[in-house]
Amino acid sequence: MSRYTSATPADRAEMLAAIGVESAAELFEQIPEPLQLGRPLALPAGISEAEVFERLAALAARNADAERQVCFLGAGMYDHYVPAIVDAITERSEFLTPYTPYQPEISQGGLQAMFEFQTAMSELTALPVSTAGLYEGPSSVASAAYLAIGATGGRRRLVVSRGVHPHSRETLATYSAGFGAEIAEVGLADGLTDAAALAAAVDGETAAVFLQSPNFLGAIEDVESLGEAAKRHGALLVAAVDPMTLGVLRPPGECGADVALGEGQPLGNRLDFGGPSFGFFCGSEELIRKLPGRIAGETDDADGRRGYVLALQTREQHIRREKATHNICTAQALNALAATIHLAWLGREGFRELGELLVRRTAYARERLAAVEGIEPLHGAPVAREFALRLEAPVGTVLERCAERGIAAGYPLGRDYPEHEDGLLVAITERRSREQIDALAEALEEAIRVERDDLLSDSDKKSSQAEAVGR
Amino acid sequence: MTLAETPMQRERAQTIFEKSKPGRRAAVLPPAGVPEPPLSELIPAKLLRDEPPRLPEVAEPEIVRHYNRLSRRNFDLDTGFYPLGSCTMKHNPRLNERVAALPGHARLHPAQEPRRAQGALELCWLLQESLAEICGLPHVSLQPSAGSHGELAGLLLTRAFHADRGEARTKVLAPDTSHGTNPASVTMAGYEIVKLATDERGGIEMDDLRAKVDDEVACLMLTNPNTLGLFDENIAEIAALIHDTGGTLYYDGANLNAVMGHSRPGDMGFDIVHVNLHKSFSQPHGGGGPGAGPIAVSERIEPYLPRPQVVRRADGNGSGSSFDLDFDRPKSIGRLRGFQGNFGVFVRSYAYILSLGADGLAEASETAVLNANYLKARLAQGRAGKYVPIAFDRHCMHEFVLSGKPMKRELGVATLDLAKRLLDFGFHPPTVYFPLLVEEALMVEPTETETKESLDAFAAAVEQILAEAESDPELAKQAPYTTPVRRLDEVKATRHPVLRQPL
Repeated sequence: MSRYTSATPADRAEMLAAIGVESAAELFEQIPEPLQLGRPLALPAGISEAEVFERLAALAARNADAERQVCFLGAGMYDHYVPAIVDAITERSEFLTPYTPYQPEISQGGLQAMFEFQTAMSELTALPVSTAGLYEGPSSVASAAYLAIGATGGRRRLVVSRGVHPHSRETLATYSAGFGAEIAEVGLADGLTDAAALAAAVDGETAAVFLQSPNFLGAIEDVESLGEAAKRHGALLVAAVDPMTLGVLRPPGECGADVALGEGQPLGNRLDFGGPSFGFFCGSEELIRKLPGRIAGETDDADGRRGYVLALQTREQHIRREKATHNICTAQALNALAATIHLAWLGREGFRELGELLVRRTAYARERLAAVEGIEPLHGAPVAREFALRLEAPVGTVLERCAERGIAAGYPLGRDYPEHEDGLLVAITERRSREQIDALAEALEEAIRVERDDLLSDSDKKSSQAEAVGR
Repeated sequence: MTLAETPMQRERAQTIFEKSKPGRRAAVLPPAGVPEPPLSELIPAKLLRDEPPRLPEVAEPEIVRHYNRLSRRNFDLDTGFYPLGSCTMKHNPRLNERVAALPGHARLHPAQEPRRAQGALELCWLLQESLAEICGLPHVSLQPSAGSHGELAGLLLTRAFHADRGEARTKVLAPDTSHGTNPASVTMAGYEIVKLATDERGGIEMDDLRAKVDDEVACLMLTNPNTLGLFDENIAEIAALIHDTGGTLYYDGANLNAVMGHSRPGDMGFDIVHVNLHKSFSQPHGGGGPGAGPIAVSERIEPYLPRPQVVRRADGNGSGSSFDLDFDRPKSIGRLRGFQGNFGVFVRSYAYILSLGADGLAEASETAVLNANYLKARLAQGRAGKYVPIAFDRHCMHEFVLSGKPMKRELGVATLDLAKRLLDFGFHPPTVYFPLLVEEALMVEPTETETKESLDAFAAAVEQILAEAESDPELAKQAPYTTPVRRLDEVKATRHPVLRQPL
């Protein structure tokens, strides 16, 4: 169905005449005949706007989203409240429909927004330089490895804590198969990176040490102490952080991190089943000319007015081609804008208050859930907004029972950590009220009780059968 | 030319941080509703922050005004013609925004159990099937986040494909007209780039290719139509040369908008294709993203696709089917990113495909090609034809490349000057200085969603600018005059970088 085009038959006739051809088909004759499709695509015919809407609404209705389930899922993406002004501003044509600001004179809005984003992320991480953003969290981790290899003169060993998000570790491995790096993983002890094992793993060939705080199990790492191993051997210290915790947790820049990065979704971005969001990427002064992707910088125009441009473009693929610091081109500008607006809306005080709210509700939830019969904390380390539990019943069936009560109780750790088949990761946001936390506790209690009763009666049956056989 | 400052020029840039005053605020948070001990009782003090980050302190009305005013300092596709070559700045249907914002999409957690995300997984699967048909290749991964990410994926797939055969190849070929992302991806994937020359018709120089193809070559990366907007007629022979020596053929899908429903990369012999959903499939460009770069691949590449794959499974009783994430892919290159990809982009692009259908997609490409050739014909007339002639004079596909070399030589006006002067006429300029092969290049891609009147107005503006330049070249060299700021000092921004607001 012809859609979004304007050429009338009369227009077409005039245009073809101007080109000097009889038909548009003639223009396609440069495609050798055997390579012309010569048939319609095997796709349905186009449909009306109303029908498309109904079709997609019907698909959307088959998803248990956070409006239909109380969502305690986290694992890197969180159900925060996105203030109305974020949508109102990001939906504006002027932000939604331009492309990369290659013509700065007519892109000052987007460029200044990038500059403000960089300022905000630099403040959050306490590192002096922020890029305008990468795709998302895990690929940002892999990008830091590429940077570190270059920055350390070609060292190729990467030491990675097992507390780093499993998707980040897997993405790092995927990328490393390309640029060539060896990955050494350091395990966890009581929820935290094993400091002695980490120190032993780092050597003079190590390009970077990767930590995450709070780590995947929710535990707040002592990045500064752990990072000493990196400092001793001249490796870069890369800290993946949850931006929403940085109003209250010590920022990576104060812990000696050379690079701080992470998943930006909690800042002003919807869940969107995993994307689009953005990755933030901040670094020390020394790394300024090695950073990946766009960076906006301040300058003057011909009359001396303050203005903004894409700075340090000689790092980038469109200028440097095979010598570029990264291959990234289109990134996530609109998502970074959403974060900038959200952070301005929260403001200095609101951002800190939100961090405190998360820590206190999380402390309450952890204590409340750990008091449930059949649940204990998976580790004793301090937490900020997410925590891990151990269930004395199969996690899958417990989750299913909770889902039947309209609660997504959390993330089953067994998906990524075989050693924690009994583990459940529970995330808290400002949208998860005390009442919802209490309801989660009740749902888990009930589910575990039923499962244990089933298990007990199963084993009763088995033992009575055994007795029967023995007799 | 001296002009009075425009109102927007008088309004000097001020960041949101400079509008901050202690005590102002926008957000009101819900009460904690739980005990509120000091944080140091919950977290050791050495792990806590002393001072919160110095975010701006501004009330909501001022935030809204600030960003609305900023937005007015952007030019955008909804406001005017945006013929940025290689970027496919086609209309962004608002329907797509509406359906992407439905809570079932927007508030769906990516770790939701597949059986409770059936609508989302079905949508992914339907998009995969659609892209497979459009590309003429059987398998699709939606995971890559943008074109460059798709390129990296394609090269890692190539590496895995060869490794599985016990081969370790070192070189990747790409023409000298290729996008900068191609060689950058090659380096990142651990290969060495080898450039191919372009022949006098704008295609790959076949003798150069024959000389460079050997069993060290892992892959040839190609855009077809290429960045000159020309279809490489030798593609079948190129594919045979690469395949005969065991390499893979990679299709940079940036220019797919030229051939949808007319020709398919898979039928041309490509093994791996990336599709820029933010180009051909109408995802708004967002000022530089988000996009998405799904890849379609041939049968022999399929085992190595990223993990997880969205799959359809027949139900046990054979009556229906359900959708799932398949992690059990032992030969997979692994993940390229978190979760399942830029799903919000998938929703918009699938809505676009549903709207247009088979006939509409073919018509979109046909009109894109018609518009490009018409504008090329218009710009071959008059002063444009004289000063900015077409670089390769044959029918183009969806875009074409002009050379400002005569303009620079005869008028002293560079391509950059013409581009800046176009800003005063309310147009976004074409892509400039790319491809590198063409001196003073202007790469023009009008897309199918522009009217003939827009194309005529653009051609008229170019003509007027060149007429002005004949009598007063300074007019173009000092342009622009009417934009929120005038020409900016990019050298200063790089020599003395100021990359954040000092506080």
